[in-house]
Amino acid sequence: MHWELELVLYVFLVIAALVSLYVKDLLTAVVSLSVFSYVLAMLFVSMGAIDVGFTEAVVGAGVTGVLFVVMIYKTSRRSND
Amino acid sequence: MKKSSDSPIILLLSRVISPYIMLFGLYVIFHGHYSPGGGFQGGTMLAASILLIRIAMEEKVYEMQFKKSFDIPLGALGVLIFFGVGLIAMLLGGNFLDHHFLPIDWLAPADVRFMGILFVEVGVGLAVMTILVAIYDNLLEDDDA
Repeated sequence: MHWELELVLYVFLVIAALVSLYVKDLLTAVVSLSVFSYVLAMLFVSMGAIDVGFTEAVVGAGVTGVLFVVMIYKTSRRSND
Repeated sequence: MKKSSDSPIILLLSRVISPYIMLFGLYVIFHGHYSPGGGFQGGTMLAASILLIRIAMEEKVYEMQFKKSFDIPLGALGVLIFFGVGLIAMLLGGNFLDHHFLPIDWLAPADVRFMGILFVEVGVGLAVMTILVAIYDNLLEDDDA
């Protein structure tokens, strides 16, 4: 209905996806991926799928971000072999 | 990540915010049948509130909140509640998860269905919460790498 608002959300979606793909720092990529999930959840809600948007916000922006950050702490950038 | 965070802002904020996330997760679980949300979303929010304490605090503190050894048994209990409600209805003559056949005779039929779906949501929420926390604990298990 508010196509201007949805256009802004789509622009943010594409920007967050491109940042998380091309950035070097892994922590920045994880944060950008959380932003992607949250914007996608808002788009789902604006399309009327409130349940899907709720799941996307809780799982995508909440728990997977935590698990990715833990995995970054567990790995190192260069191998020690 | 076994050590506590140094910043007092992080310690205070995680301590303050975590109970509210947990309260909203319980609200989502118990209102899952007539509003958006349900067992999965509510269980994920409960897991998020526990993981917030687990990230910010040291191991001695978060073991007092939710013990590591409770993860898998409580998850199994959640699955058991889900399948138990379904199997009771099936053994008493209905289909699987047909809550009309649950042995709660003193309630009206609509309330019997209400209680059945409530038990199922609680089981799903418990299973999802404990398994998500168990994934986090298993990731941190061998910390000497």
